[in-house]
Amino acid sequence: MLKINNLHAQIEDKKILNGVNLDIKAGEVHAIMGPNGSGKSTLASVIAGKEDYEITKGEMLFNDNSIDELSAEERAHKGIFMSFQYPIEIPGVTITNFIKTAINETRKARGEKDMPASQMLKLLREKCSMLGIDRKFLSRSINDGFSGGEKKRNEIFQMAMLEPTLAILDETDSGLDIDALKTVASGVNKLKKKDNAVVIITHYQRLLDYIIPDYVHVLFDGKIVKSGKKDLAVELEKKGYDWIKEEINN
Amino acid sequence: MSKYTEDDLKKELKTKQYEYGFYTDIESDTLPIGLNEEIVMAISKKKEEPSWMTDWRLDAFKIWKQMKEPNWANVKYKKPDFQKISYYSAPSNKPKYNSLDEVDPELLATFKKLGISVDEQKKLTGVAMDVVIDSVSVATTFKDTLNEKGIIFCSISEAIKNHPELVKKYMGSVVPKTDNFYAALNSAVFSDGSFCYIPKGVKCPMELSTYFRINEAGTGQFERTLVVAEKGSYVSYLEGCSAPSRDENQLHAAVVELIALDDAEIKYSTVQNWYPGDSKGNGGVYNFVTKRGLCEKNAKISWTQVETGSAITWKYPSCILKGDNAVGEFYSIAVTNNFQQADTGTKMIHLGDNTKSTIISKGISAGKSQNSYRGLVHISPRANNARNFSQCDSLLIGNKCGAHTFPYIETKNKSAQVEHEATTSKIGEDQIFYCNQRGIETEKAIALIINGFSKDVLNKLPMEFAVEAQKLLEISLEGSVG
Repeated sequence: MLKINNLHAQIEDKKILNGVNLDIKAGEVHAIMGPNGSGKSTLASVIAGKEDYEITKGEMLFNDNSIDELSAEERAHKGIFMSFQYPIEIPGVTITNFIKTAINETRKARGEKDMPASQMLKLLREKCSMLGIDRKFLSRSINDGFSGGEKKRNEIFQMAMLEPTLAILDETDSGLDIDALKTVASGVNKLKKKDNAVVIITHYQRLLDYIIPDYVHVLFDGKIVKSGKKDLAVELEKKGYDWIKEEINN
Repeated sequence: MSKYTEDDLKKELKTKQYEYGFYTDIESDTLPIGLNEEIVMAISKKKEEPSWMTDWRLDAFKIWKQMKEPNWANVKYKKPDFQKISYYSAPSNKPKYNSLDEVDPELLATFKKLGISVDEQKKLTGVAMDVVIDSVSVATTFKDTLNEKGIIFCSISEAIKNHPELVKKYMGSVVPKTDNFYAALNSAVFSDGSFCYIPKGVKCPMELSTYFRINEAGTGQFERTLVVAEKGSYVSYLEGCSAPSRDENQLHAAVVELIALDDAEIKYSTVQNWYPGDSKGNGGVYNFVTKRGLCEKNAKISWTQVETGSAITWKYPSCILKGDNAVGEFYSIAVTNNFQQADTGTKMIHLGDNTKSTIISKGISAGKSQNSYRGLVHISPRANNARNFSQCDSLLIGNKCGAHTFPYIETKNKSAQVEHEATTSKIGEDQIFYCNQRGIETEKAIALIINGFSKDVLNKLPMEFAVEAQKLLEISLEGSVG
């Protein structure tokens, strides 16, 4: 589904990604871990198409087509979704209105007509009950005055509504208490299917107790230096990242 | 109440005396340029006015000659040469149509540009329209329904002829001839406008609406509107303006007077999209408007405006809260893009006890434009327990535009409660990226953010106007983010 080959990216003159290789297939859950400043969030932003970053080498293929030149919205239309580490506030725009616009813009890009209101309503209702969200929540302005948990839950709700092929969850666990973490994780688990894939970017393995990854990668200095299964995350949690640094330096 | 259907529209178009026309097609009856007593008298004569009206105009002209164009507003422009403007232009040919198909497609196109396509007009159910094009009122609908209730809704020229006692009593009572330079000019040369009278205790059953359009190149438009709501009555008045693209500057100096007698309520909504000039700052309308309302005891006046057009805007819809318990409201969205400049706001003059005013102003600046809020809250010594709440929010798009706030607060009574809140924010790249990531392209994202920002005011507009206004906001800000 997503194949990243030797990806180098920088912001202004600062090199952040130095040759990332990644192969994500449908039905898989990948976790990307690593210390602060290793380039995890940059990788997420580059995949999502944030323009601040310049790709200097390598390529990203999504379903065998290069997405390097596509705008963020074009990538979204193809089914790439990113849950933001810090979701952005848009005062005065309700979640309903926002998600309705997002869905219809995506449909328009795919040459489809607007979703009929009745269908939209049904979908909203369905996803709300699936994620245990009170529908009153939907009439609030996007992230405006939301708690950390509410923001992340809103991200997962949007993911549920948009039904992406590839979902990148950027530090979705940060700032969440254990209950909120469980809610968000169970939401993601419910959305997992064999034809979509999830990339979880995280510092800590605690989220991985609830969303079990098929693969765990360690990003360090803008490169994936180690890949393994779920037990790698446990090992990292126990031993920290220093042993990996040593391994590389030797 | 009967609904305004497509058939009604067809009928209206069939029976209309004068059929819109365009500056290229229509032979106008235009006075020579310049302004002097002869011109003022000629305007009055062309409009077949009684002598008291002619005298009133001449008096205003005398006052105007003594006045200077104000300079205090936060706008820069080349002062118009008032001797190079033609002060009257009335269409002279009168084609008739047998069916809607015969209507000039250009007309339909212009309606679309105005945001009132024929399709939309169908939807404007329950809206009576008095269409003013190039200074002459051409059609008034729903007269019968209004007549039954004793409501007068006609052009100001007709009112001068048919209801002189009302016009004499109220015209100039809220905005006197001496009020300011542009008001004096308007008083001398006003071309046409609307008059509305709601009798005692009557609730006007429909939204009253007028559309204005400047058409004749080089002619200023001097509208005069007078709305009188008798005791305990209610009226909602909609005003929408637009001008086709034009290279040279056009002057628009309107006067609107509202009189809300005891327990009456007037809601006055405006969508203004005069030609703003091109993206290089050429052309555009100069919009110097005086709007003011008088509230007697327990009366309420509510101004709602969406201002997206004009090269220069100078406009302060105000309320004089004369009677006890009077309420004044001002809800405004002002959008400036490219080289537009707007200096707009309101004055709330609290004279009576327990008077209350609310000001919500949303300024949006993009391009190289300058957007100023200027407002006065005045609490007079005898106004006990007066209350005001003001909120002025500015939104910036890009980094070459400016937002300015000039709130003046004068409180001369210790029991007054005055609150003022102000915020300035910028549409951030982060917001745009967030929307992009969800599949919403940048222009659409901006429209969404702007609508969210303006929601408090858009909600105050009548439904069909709100939709139009929303579209207008999008159009006005097209291309504002590179």
